[in-house]
Amino acid sequence: MDWLKIFRNERKNSANVARDRLKLVVMHQREGRGNGPDWLPRLREDLLAVVRRYTQVADDAVNVRVQHDQGVDLLEMNIALQDEETAPRD
Amino acid sequence: MAQIIVVTSGKGGVGKTTTSASFATGLAVRGYKTAVVDFDVGLRNLDLIMGVERRVVFDFVNVIQGEATLRQALIRDKRYDNLAILAASQTRDKEALTTEGVEKVLDTLSQDFDYIVCDSPAGIEHGAHMAMYFADEALVVTNPEVSSVRDSDRVLGLLASKTRKVEQGGRIKEHLVLTRYNSARVDKGEMLSVEDVRDILAIPLLGLIPESQAVLNSSNQGVPVVADTSTDAGGAYEDMVARFLGEERPHRFMQSEKKGFLGRLFGG
Repeated sequence: MDWLKIFRNERKNSANVARDRLKLVVMHQREGRGNGPDWLPRLREDLLAVVRRYTQVADDAVNVRVQHDQGVDLLEMNIALQDEETAPRD
Repeated sequence: MAQIIVVTSGKGGVGKTTTSASFATGLAVRGYKTAVVDFDVGLRNLDLIMGVERRVVFDFVNVIQGEATLRQALIRDKRYDNLAILAASQTRDKEALTTEGVEKVLDTLSQDFDYIVCDSPAGIEHGAHMAMYFADEALVVTNPEVSSVRDSDRVLGLLASKTRKVEQGGRIKEHLVLTRYNSARVDKGEMLSVEDVRDILAIPLLGLIPESQAVLNSSNQGVPVVADTSTDAGGAYEDMVARFLGEERPHRFMQSEKKGFLGRLFGG
């Protein structure tokens, strides 16, 4: 009875809200776990603090992870800047 | 050599002990010699769920500290020949479970049993760590509810790093057991679906146990849910055991009961 869904209020679908919230927290929880060294979360915090000395960024703006690629350990960093303040302040 | 399976979850009250009892009983019914061990020192409950609370003389900690032999402490189930229960201590401290002590008990059990089921306490502290440390496989019990799923993910992280198997370069085989599932509420968009939980945790589904009155009914009587396979949860646990042993069984409670035409029109 798919057509019934037309009459349902999508806003009320709390399961979708739960799923999206969970995906986010789980993604953060997994940062630096598994093959990553245990100092990774601290590095992330430090980087966030340094970036914030120059520009405002969101709590989840800094992303770090360690990857193994052909025998080489690679530290990968992604820092998402906010739209308006892309240039560093003096 | 026995296979060691930890039943764990992180969050409390999601059905670890219910699952441990039914899983162990189900394996015993299938003819496997099975021991189920309660790791929840200080808050033991497996004995109650299995209906052997009046037969506990010695416990897990007594054995570790040399106050009793394993033979004295193991409680043979009166209904299922292949099943034995090792109760947790009700009075001691969780720290009484030493790594060496636990290893020795599991090694000794390993000689006589095919499967050892370790019922983990809630949380991620010492008791939970000990329950998972020597495991070969893990049943991760989860409710379709945000806090339970998040905690299960935490536990998966620990299973992948803080276990003997992983320290030796291996990997623990993880299984998802989703309990208290209500497919009618899932259809209404009020509950995380089995697909949602499976996607987020990224481990294969072993058991889907419906929210059921049979669970309380059987714990009231000290009988594992799986003992009555005519009930919905009992049947679901029986399926779960069969799947664990390599049988293909469809998940029965994925879809809600088909409603009649009027029910479909007005049931919402």
